[in-house]
Amino acid sequence: MAREITEAIVDGILIGGVYALMAVGLTLIFGVLDIINIAQGVLVILGAYLSYSLFTKAHIDPFVGLLITVPAMFVIGVVIHWAFISRLRGTERTSMTLLVTYAVGLIIEGVLFKIYGANNVQINPRYVNSSVHILDFYVGWVYIWGFILALVLVAAVYVLLYRTRFGRSVRAVIQDETAARLVGINVNKVAALTFGIGVAVTAAGGEVFGLTNAFNANSGYDLISRLLSIIILGGMGSVGGALGASVFMLTLESVVTIWQPNWAVVVYYAALVIVLLYRPTGLFGRKAVRAQ
Amino acid sequence: MNEARRTGRSLPDLGTAAKGGGLLLVIVIAVLFPQVFTNPAVTNYGVLTLIFVTCATAWNIFSGNTGYISLGQAVFYGSGAYAMGIAARDWHIEGTAVFWLLPFSGAVGAVVAVPFGLIALRVRRHTFIVITIAVFFIFQLMAFNFWFTGGSSGLNSPFLSWPATTYNTPFYYIALGYVAGSVVIAWLVRRSRFGLQLRAIRDDEDRARGLGVKAMRVKLAAFAISGTITAMIGAVWFYYINQVEPQTGFDPLFDLTLVLMVFLGGFGSISGAVLGALIIEPLTLWLNTQPAFSGSVSEIMLGAIFLLVVLFMPRGIIPTGGEFITKLRMRGRPAVTITGPASSTPSAPPVSSGGAR
Amino acid sequence: MTALLRTEGIMKAYGGVQALNGAAIAVEEGTVAGLIGPNGSGKTTLFNVITGYERPDAGHVWFGNWQITGLAPDKVFAAGIGRTFQLTRIFPRLTVIENMLIAAQSKDRPKNLLAWPGRDAWTHHRRHAMDLLAFLGIERHADVLAGSLSYGQRKLLELAYVLVADPAVILLDEPAGGVNPTLINLIGDRIRQLNTDKGKTFLLVEHNMEFVMGLCSTITVLESGATVVSGPPDIVRTDKRVLDAYLGADLDEETAGNEEGR
Repeated sequence: MAREITEAIVDGILIGGVYALMAVGLTLIFGVLDIINIAQGVLVILGAYLSYSLFTKAHIDPFVGLLITVPAMFVIGVVIHWAFISRLRGTERTSMTLLVTYAVGLIIEGVLFKIYGANNVQINPRYVNSSVHILDFYVGWVYIWGFILALVLVAAVYVLLYRTRFGRSVRAVIQDETAARLVGINVNKVAALTFGIGVAVTAAGGEVFGLTNAFNANSGYDLISRLLSIIILGGMGSVGGALGASVFMLTLESVVTIWQPNWAVVVYYAALVIVLLYRPTGLFGRKAVRAQ
Repeated sequence: MNEARRTGRSLPDLGTAAKGGGLLLVIVIAVLFPQVFTNPAVTNYGVLTLIFVTCATAWNIFSGNTGYISLGQAVFYGSGAYAMGIAARDWHIEGTAVFWLLPFSGAVGAVVAVPFGLIALRVRRHTFIVITIAVFFIFQLMAFNFWFTGGSSGLNSPFLSWPATTYNTPFYYIALGYVAGSVVIAWLVRRSRFGLQLRAIRDDEDRARGLGVKAMRVKLAAFAISGTITAMIGAVWFYYINQVEPQTGFDPLFDLTLVLMVFLGGFGSISGAVLGALIIEPLTLWLNTQPAFSGSVSEIMLGAIFLLVVLFMPRGIIPTGGEFITKLRMRGRPAVTITGPASSTPSAPPVSSGGAR
Repeated sequence: MTALLRTEGIMKAYGGVQALNGAAIAVEEGTVAGLIGPNGSGKTTLFNVITGYERPDAGHVWFGNWQITGLAPDKVFAAGIGRTFQLTRIFPRLTVIENMLIAAQSKDRPKNLLAWPGRDAWTHHRRHAMDLLAFLGIERHADVLAGSLSYGQRKLLELAYVLVADPAVILLDEPAGGVNPTLINLIGDRIRQLNTDKGKTFLLVEHNMEFVMGLCSTITVLESGATVVSGPPDIVRTDKRVLDAYLGADLDEETAGNEEGR
């Protein structure tokens, strides 16, 4: 029993890392831009499909393929922002971004369906099933790589936000958009670029997800609801919170699966609900600074 | 003080008469519809459209007035459907007696709304939206996993031995009744002190609280009303199509479609919700029957329509149309100068006691 | 005579900034009192503490004999203290009269929420609201969306609906800010009228010195979150500490130097 639990915990942590990769982009976009990007789930799947196609058609290793997919997704993100989100105005703006991104997500999902059909696929390079023997467990290589990738990217985002001039502009925009404009920051550009970064990170998330899960165009729904739960739990806008919450949620689910696989997912959401009862802003969330 | 009398609608009488006439016409058409178009395929459109009109109106009662966008109405819809199905099965109810279960479904909806609302309404607006999504998934998962919900094959409704040619008609009128009921309730809410409080919450919740509005109670009440109506119409839907499954009772697209309808027609306006549903639902149904538009394409279209609406008519048809008409009316007239208090003669005799009592 | 509204030793910090540092103020019943001070001295924060929008870290707020420190805004409002906001906080998508009715409804205890308002209650409120709107000269905009009013009209609306609930004490946050002189006169007039005819107590925060000096019988000066001086306009106007607070010590030395050098 103890062994099973430990294994479940280790699995949970590693998978949590993968989810963190996907959640970080989402929470960044929310924290910086006040945009709830519901399309994030589908964008992960898009990233997964891109990696998949590169692998199956051009035989490019998925991790190497990131060099292509990440910039590609970045561009896609910037375009989405420029075309749709930047045109939103008005008091209900954040709610509207949610609906707009939902719509964009629907379109992308429809397109993916048309192109790839309904069958589940998975990215299967030779090493996907090999594992490393640590202590008494077998841990899949892919998970370890994914976890490392997650840490690296999260750190990179952190550095970007806190150590670069661009990052300073971004943080200025969070604080006060008008003031940022007044000091010459091109808010639209900053917003679009930040959105692009948030989406680019999903390319990496998608690649690892595609390696470790069978997926099809519909997988986005399940994903986005989990991701949303994670970022709320961790506190919308908190990058560290996203990491912590991912690990927590996935570990919890992993452990519960030992006894009740069917209920594990319900527990997942229930955890969210319970936390919110006591801390409406999530574990590490910003206080509600903006007026409702 | 005569000016005080001149409160209320400033439409010329012609406009009010036109509105009243239009409403009457709509009612007549709605009532006569299945008598004129007896083809079941057509009345089917009618039934489903009316169901959605009810849902959109109910959604608007809460979300339109409070500004809290709920993406979890499917929770009520599915709960109502399942409640009726489970009750009919376990209490061995059949035939037309099943319709007596409708209030039961409504009660289930209300009961679900309370804890749902208590959790979801304490958080900020954005988080609220996400909570509704999360709860939606919880319910869908429960439908899949609980022993009494029939798992992934769902539930079948009791057999209704009505002839195929007229099967739709009673359902049509029931749904129409619900439309009428929900529109009336929406109108009553709008006009009441309760509705005023809701709309104040939408504009500035903190200030409203500061002025003594019991925000949580008020929001919860609206949420429950909306949920009860939706649950009942969900039960009607269940009996109409004779079955419910987790993914149809709790359909991820349900709420987005509702939102699209309401935004298209005009967020917050009663007629807007109705209009939006009247446009979108038949359109969706029709698209699904076209071979070229298989499932994925209808998704794409839904998303695309939504984007277009949001970008070009962000306030929806009714408000934008209203503005357009006002603009037409105003053409050629000098711009009305809003006389500020400065010009209302500063030397006017001070109104004694200022009315403060 | 104990003051109707009184604070003592209010402390409030935000992060590293000490916004209020022992601020104390006393407002006598039936007076028009002023609260002035340079930007950042903590005036609005003090208002927020008094009316419950902020909790102080330390100190007390007294309303008559009743301690109201930390009471929630709606309770403070129900107790009889009304306030306006610097950036007018009206309900933009409600009409002017609806804005008034929201403030009015708080005074009743409706039995049922779906309050199909007994016609009497509603009509009574409407009439009262219209009277107030007329008192402030904006009654003809009763059915206009509040969001489309001009800034000056909004200030009048804010004033109107703070009066709807008939509070004993009214806190006005920059009532004359950003409006034209005629409007300033109107506002000043109405304040004076309400004070003389109905005995209402006022506490104003203002930057407009002429307005404050001409209207208020007592003026309290805040600087860096603490009370510098408090008294009638003549005293305050010439108090050296007040000049220091506003103009900065250096400038004052320069002036003193010039005088001596003459």
